[in-house]
Amino acid sequence: MSGKPRLHYVNARGRMEPIRWLLAAAGVEFEEAFLEKKDDLKKLQTNGDLLFQQVPMVEIDGMKMVQTRAILNYIAGKYNLYGKDLKERALIDMYVEGLADLNELISSNFFQPADKKEEHLATVLDKAATRYFPVYEKVLKGHGQDFLVGNKLSRADVQLLETILLVEESKPDILAKFPLLQSFKAKTSNIPNIKKFLQPGSQRKQPIQEKDIPRLMQIFH
Amino acid sequence: MAGKPKLHYTCGRGKMESIRWLLAAAGVEFEEQFIEKNEHLEKLRKDGSLLFQQVPMVEIDGMKMVQTRAILSYIAGKYNLYGKDLKERAWIDMYVEGTTDLMGMIMQLPLQSAEMREKNLALIIERAKTRYFPVYEKALKDHGHDYLVGNKFSWADIHLLEAILMVEECKPDILSAFPQLQAFKGRISNIPTIKKFLQPGSQRKPPADDKYIANVRKIFNI
Repeated sequence: MSGKPRLHYVNARGRMEPIRWLLAAAGVEFEEAFLEKKDDLKKLQTNGDLLFQQVPMVEIDGMKMVQTRAILNYIAGKYNLYGKDLKERALIDMYVEGLADLNELISSNFFQPADKKEEHLATVLDKAATRYFPVYEKVLKGHGQDFLVGNKLSRADVQLLETILLVEESKPDILAKFPLLQSFKAKTSNIPNIKKFLQPGSQRKQPIQEKDIPRLMQIFH
Repeated sequence: MAGKPKLHYTCGRGKMESIRWLLAAAGVEFEEQFIEKNEHLEKLRKDGSLLFQQVPMVEIDGMKMVQTRAILSYIAGKYNLYGKDLKERAWIDMYVEGTTDLMGMIMQLPLQSAEMREKNLALIIERAKTRYFPVYEKALKDHGHDYLVGNKFSWADIHLLEAILMVEECKPDILSAFPQLQAFKGRISNIPTIKKFLQPGSQRKPPADDKYIANVRKIFNI
């Protein structure tokens, strides 16, 4: 029965977080079923609920969707956050994939050996400042508009805000040299759906705490 | 100026191969400019041709497109290989992401130590047999159509064929338990544009050899 989308994942950001952001930005209420132990994952697998035996999985419009990008593409398309034509989609896709790469680099710090973590993080933050953020600063400067593509809010804007906030958690002054990204951050954060999502008590998840790591690892391994 | 798409990459499969497959299957002629030395890559970077300083890059319809998935989605959309509506797109995306994960594992092998390679090869075979191929086998069995989605040739079919052939290079009899996939492989390989791409002399690239990998390490500093 079609009702609210239902997200199946652990109670953490991981690969589900961009999906939470996009649904929230689109003003779509959603439910969450958290995997708390290994058996929860096994049950979904045995029931045939997971196409490739993996989460994220989102029950939406009669489908049990898997694969983060497939889910994000569907939500963006459904809620008109994917541009007006093929060329706008192309730009949005390029911007979003760049941000996905940066997000992946940051998340991968978690898996680095303890003695390599600090060096790795420094490299990642350098890439954020020299390879990624300059691109988005330049895009905004080029057209002078509030949004990255087509003068309209799209998934690229939502993803950019998410990524900015993520990087700021590691380096609060990362936007020091990016005045347009600073104002982008302020404006986008004030969009009502997003403002609501940024408030305490929303379904936005917090960074992983050390104490949660053993439990989370145990679910997947 | 609209001309043939122009692909910028090394003369090997890597992340560009799926793009070559898709263009070829769509019957689109394309040119290639091969990066043979680090200087070629640096020139593209200095010229501002690479949005995130990386390849693949494809010049197409006045754009210098980067990011493999963005390029593939654009080509699929442009040449009507992306389903007829959002839901068909959703299924194509899910299937393509699965074959992307599988081929991604294989792509890493040449860059790994001999020990890691052996371990990962076994994992790839296991995953192909138990996680990925059963999904596509079942999809074809359930609807009985020739193509994965919407009874129409799409990006998902092209990507699956590419994945099948790539896994077969690791284990030639990988499809022995998958009769639907065997028939699928036969059918899709016979589509004229794909048949042509599978013939010697096409722009399809061979698997990486040691010499190619050594050069890749030099070009990309890895």
